[in-house]
Amino acid sequence: MRKLYSIGLIRGLLWQILGTAIGIGILTGIRFLLHLPVWKAESAFVFGALLGALFFVYGIGAVDDWIKVAAGKEIHEADESSWGRLRYFGVSLDHKVIGIQYLVLSLVLMVVGGSFAMLFRSELANTGMQFLTLMEYNTLMSLHGMVMIIGILVGVAAFMNYLVPMMIGARDMAFPRLNAFSFWLAVPASIILLSSMALGGFDTGWTGYPPLSARAPIGIQMFFLGVSLAGMGTILSSLNVITTAIRMRASGMTGFRLPIFVWGSLATSLISLTATQLIGLSFQMVMFQRLFGMGFFDPAKGGNPILFQHLFWFYSHPAVYVFVLPGLGIISELLPVFARKPLYGYKWVAISSFGIALIGFLVWGHHMFASGMAQYLRVPFMYSTLLVAVPTGVKFFSWLGTLWRGKIVFPVPMLFVLAGIVVFLLGGLTGPPNATVATDLQLTDTYFIVGHFHDTMFGGYIFPFFAAIYYWFPKMTGRRLNETLGKIHFWLMAPAFIILSSMMMRTGLLGMRRRIADYDPTLNITNDHRVMTVAGFLIALGILVFIINAFWSRRNGEIATGNIWNSRSPEWQVPSPMPVHNYDKPFEVVGEPYDYGLPDSVYVKFMEEE
Amino acid sequence: MKRYVIIFILVIVSTFLIHTWLMSIGLFPKEASAQSVAVDQLFHVHLWLISFLFSLIMVTLVYSLIFFHRRKGEMGDGAYLTGNSTLEITWTAIPLMAVLVLAYAGAKTLGAIQVIDPTALQVKVTAGQWYWQYAYPDYGVTSTDLYLPVNLQIDLQMTSVDVIHSFWVPEFRVKQDIVPGRTVELRVTPTLIGEYKVRCSELCGLRHAYMEGLVEVVSQANFEKWIAQQQSAAPPSPELRGQQLATSYGCVNCHSTDGSAKTGPTWLHLYNSNVKLSEGTTVTADDNYLKTSIINPNIQVVSGFPANTMPDFSTVLDQTMVEALVAYIKTLK
Repeated sequence: MRKLYSIGLIRGLLWQILGTAIGIGILTGIRFLLHLPVWKAESAFVFGALLGALFFVYGIGAVDDWIKVAAGKEIHEADESSWGRLRYFGVSLDHKVIGIQYLVLSLVLMVVGGSFAMLFRSELANTGMQFLTLMEYNTLMSLHGMVMIIGILVGVAAFMNYLVPMMIGARDMAFPRLNAFSFWLAVPASIILLSSMALGGFDTGWTGYPPLSARAPIGIQMFFLGVSLAGMGTILSSLNVITTAIRMRASGMTGFRLPIFVWGSLATSLISLTATQLIGLSFQMVMFQRLFGMGFFDPAKGGNPILFQHLFWFYSHPAVYVFVLPGLGIISELLPVFARKPLYGYKWVAISSFGIALIGFLVWGHHMFASGMAQYLRVPFMYSTLLVAVPTGVKFFSWLGTLWRGKIVFPVPMLFVLAGIVVFLLGGLTGPPNATVATDLQLTDTYFIVGHFHDTMFGGYIFPFFAAIYYWFPKMTGRRLNETLGKIHFWLMAPAFIILSSMMMRTGLLGMRRRIADYDPTLNITNDHRVMTVAGFLIALGILVFIINAFWSRRNGEIATGNIWNSRSPEWQVPSPMPVHNYDKPFEVVGEPYDYGLPDSVYVKFMEEE
Repeated sequence: MKRYVIIFILVIVSTFLIHTWLMSIGLFPKEASAQSVAVDQLFHVHLWLISFLFSLIMVTLVYSLIFFHRRKGEMGDGAYLTGNSTLEITWTAIPLMAVLVLAYAGAKTLGAIQVIDPTALQVKVTAGQWYWQYAYPDYGVTSTDLYLPVNLQIDLQMTSVDVIHSFWVPEFRVKQDIVPGRTVELRVTPTLIGEYKVRCSELCGLRHAYMEGLVEVVSQANFEKWIAQQQSAAPPSPELRGQQLATSYGCVNCHSTDGSAKTGPTWLHLYNSNVKLSEGTTVTADDNYLKTSIINPNIQVVSGFPANTMPDFSTVLDQTMVEALVAYIKTLK
């Protein structure tokens, strides 16, 4: 029992349960003392969940060192190398451990969110309701969206945490304790988000528009609270990445000698740091509207429902670039390695990430062309949205320039990179019809949009994410993932996904609306839905193969401690896996990062100690 | 040089093939409004750009993968090419040109679908969970199906009684969210006689999937005939009218008439029964109680049911409609 309690995660969960119970108790007690009706479920659960999250981070020990400092005590860094596997289940300050913790949490969340999709995808295989109720369908569909988004945010944090310090030659992140705190906030946040299912679910979609969300069951409050807490973790984590990338680079690593993934991480973190507040704010305003009767978005009290949409999309559109910029960074990072050529137009690629991030802040209104906002606003938003094509185009052409006259090799990570490019191209090309107002009025809130953004998410995030796992798994474990299983995973997933998203867009054009539990049989799209369901299950099967591969290869995979990809990047110049503080000797940057094909050149040189 | 010529030719061929294929598979529903013609022209500009840019990138990509892969036994790296500013500027300019073309065409089309005809026929649309209700103020007619005369601009003045809904007839190509607390406008000119469906396209809660309604586009003569029919129809008894209102305004979606549990209290055996309120007191469900509860549902909240759930019907239902509903509830014994 004591042994079980010594495991951080278990301790945290016990404390979360305790905190939730205390929170519910306090609120009910106050109501009792005030002679109000004692039981008010909504306020009790919200306060309980909030306290539960705080108890979790305290119970697991993520704030111990800060409490000690505040009390004037000295703090010591524990020697983590002796902890063995258990250190992945508790508070660790090593950015590599935190990166892997993020990665595992991300995979767990995406498997959960993906399973939700499999359930409601099966429901859609036929018209009429098969085995889900309308409320179950709406809850699963809404949670699929937000669980996947949190899963992606956590996955982005995984690679930024794992790679950025390594790539720039830092011993760790700038603020290791803040880093651990950010991660451990994401765990109770995810639990709270999923607990919405037990509290009546909610039927608002991931956008949670009021007035609908102001009238949904209590589950919506867990959704709002979970997202707000996860968003707080994201803000803190992006602050950490920015500080690390600016302050802790190896000597000689000037801006234009940074690994391109670090550029993508910087652009992404700047968006996260400055925009996440807006989704937290908009969700908290609805929480307060429900809890305290503040009529922010209630027309009967002079509120404005469209205001919510502005606040929401001011984050949620840039958020799309939070998801894809690191993924595009991974594509730009891996292409030169596998094409054996320099990254074509390095400076243009680096700056285009910032171009996308900047324009991304000015386009949120294109989600609202049909919303009833002021009509004249639609024109400037149409123009700004179209402009996104310019920096995105630069990336595509630079990738082509990198492949041109290369000596391309095709191991599994490269396959996923190429699928990422093709799928992101499909997502990119189906974007402009949503930018021009007249065509968007037909497309918005239909399955066309669903297909379009799944293309951008899979091309800009999911495929590059798997490429990165196959590529850096040896760095994490010292063994490589099985190539044959990797190829099976790829060939199950890539064609099935392209079919799925193309069919989504096609049915959307024909009249299939977004977020509906059932569809009109007279639309004649039942067979299309069956094909989509089969394709969905093929993707799931591919992921299953990947999970088996990961578990098997961690123990039995081919040993790969050296520079197996023949990369110039510093992390591959030392044996895998790396020790706690990364490099034994510091390095300095003496060349360009991607000068493949230039004989006798290196990117970094390790300094001999005097 | 030879490589570039081959790629150039392949891109052109592929552009035409893909465009022909896209045009042949029936991407769009019927064009049934004046606006749909303008919108589809813009779609066709998009399809050409999509075909061209897809071909340009995919042909180059596939060509590179085929001709520039490392052969068996080869060890060397690729050509040392780091970049070319002229080329970079060129391929910044290509998307920029596409952007300019679309910006021009996009603004022009937006103008075309927003043209206002002063002779337009006004129809008032009320959307609620989960029903559509139409009123023709020029004729004093209300209906749950939307009848429209062909070749006349329709000025839809729309409002919602509860949450956000969205008016969309795919064949008309235009869409407008309907926001509670305000009136929004949508203009559409039906051009093709036929039967269509309005499909609510903003998630509006439990039965959102089924919030579809009939749209009949008919000839001018048939429209006038339908209007005359509606006007001359004998006024129904209050009880019958109440029953119709209960269905058309979606009351029965939350209040059952057979005693089963739904979002709101059942209407069965409600009249003159004793109702326990959430503040602990009990009232008798007489005429006054029922009228108040329909117009101001949050004044006397029934114990066990949440407040602020029922939509605000005070601006939607007039005195006679409320009385008809009460008359209907009285019959449910």
